Amino acid sequence: MAGSVKRPEQTGPAELFYNEAEARKYTHNSRIIEIQSQMSERAVELLCLPEDQPCYLLDVGCGSGLSGDYITEQGHHWVGIDISTAMLDVALDRDVEGDLILGDMGQGIPFRPGTFDGCVSISALQWLCNADKKTHNPPRRLFRFFSTLYAALARGARAVLQLYPENGEQLELVTAQAMRAGFTGGMVVDYPNSSKAKKFFLCLFAGVSGALPKGLGDNAVEQGSKHQASFTNERMRFKNMRGKSVKKSRDWILEKKERRRRQGKEVRPDTKFSGRKRRPHF
Amino acid sequence: MKLLTHNMLRSHVSGVTRGFPLIIRADEVKLNSVDFNREFVTRMIPKLEWEALVQSAESLGHGSDLPRELVSGYENDEEFLKKVHHVLLEVEVLEGALKCPESGTEFPINRGIPNMLINEEES
Repeated sequence: MAGSVKRPEQTGPAELFYNEAEARKYTHNSRIIEIQSQMSERAVELLCLPEDQPCYLLDVGCGSGLSGDYITEQGHHWVGIDISTAMLDVALDRDVEGDLILGDMGQGIPFRPGTFDGCVSISALQWLCNADKKTHNPPRRLFRFFSTLYAALARGARAVLQLYPENGEQLELVTAQAMRAGFTGGMVVDYPNSSKAKKFFLCLFAGVSGALPKGLGDNAVEQGSKHQASFTNERMRFKNMRGKSVKKSRDWILEKKERRRRQGKEVRPDTKFSGRKRRPHF
Repeated sequence: MKLLTHNMLRSHVSGVTRGFPLIIRADEVKLNSVDFNREFVTRMIPKLEWEALVQSAESLGHGSDLPRELVSGYENDEEFLKKVHHVLLEVEVLEGALKCPESGTEFPINRGIPNMLINEEES
């Protein structure tokens, strides 16, 4: 996927990319809506907000307010900031609960210090890594964003920013600028073994440092912290010597299910019935 | 734009130190009804700049019954909390402008959305 489709942030500035046609997708395309709301659910979960206490949240790159809907559902209040007027118009038409602001996050977050109890952002941060105008300087804009965000957050608040990084350097630049601005925290990667379900969440703490939550579906990280192969004097069995197991066999099915589970897809649990033949009965 | 948001907004034009409170010029104001959430209002009051809130509410013609100064023990005063709730969340500016008190930059409000973009080529 990464190679065949041009990344939207390389085609031009966000305010031009998210035009009426693009904004329409966010109300009509059920797949986009589903992915967006899944990601906002996960982002709010990563925020670790105090239970049964209404919080005041900031949504950076709120767009049509899909992520805001989930925040409202959870009983919190929110303010959204976005650079695309077309997307904000959609949000107005959808009658979202939160207040909307037209703004460029690279110019800083225009809020008083200590305002918000948390900040979420879904698929917006990668837009900051591109220079769309003569005056744009990505590292400076990133720093301006992070430093004003740090100020606008209450002490002990968290910011969870989901992004699609283009490459390793971009990730490094974003994290470095966040740390320079005073944040602690780091990257949480969900489903690292899958190319499609893989999601990057930048989890930042303002003021106090906490333990970074674990990404979903990466039990390999917990086990495989050592980089060397472990020694075993066990003989390799024939099954593995032959390479892949016979197609349509029970082993093959179990392996395939395991693989898809690692990719974060929905898989039925393994039971004694998995891979059994349906023989004809009377 | 709700008055709660206005109370939290500051001007982020470069060179401005405080940038607060932004001066409201309202051409059209709408009243919405929002569910009263006692806990949220109580939590937000310490974060507010009270003076600025009273001023802006008065300039819109909706703050006549707000006290000039915050009295302690407001947590239990249901009537007061409801008034604050009304001013914070139910009064909405649809058309108008915000003006930075230091640099004088104007941020227009259209359909309830303040435009906080800064023209960088100018500065």
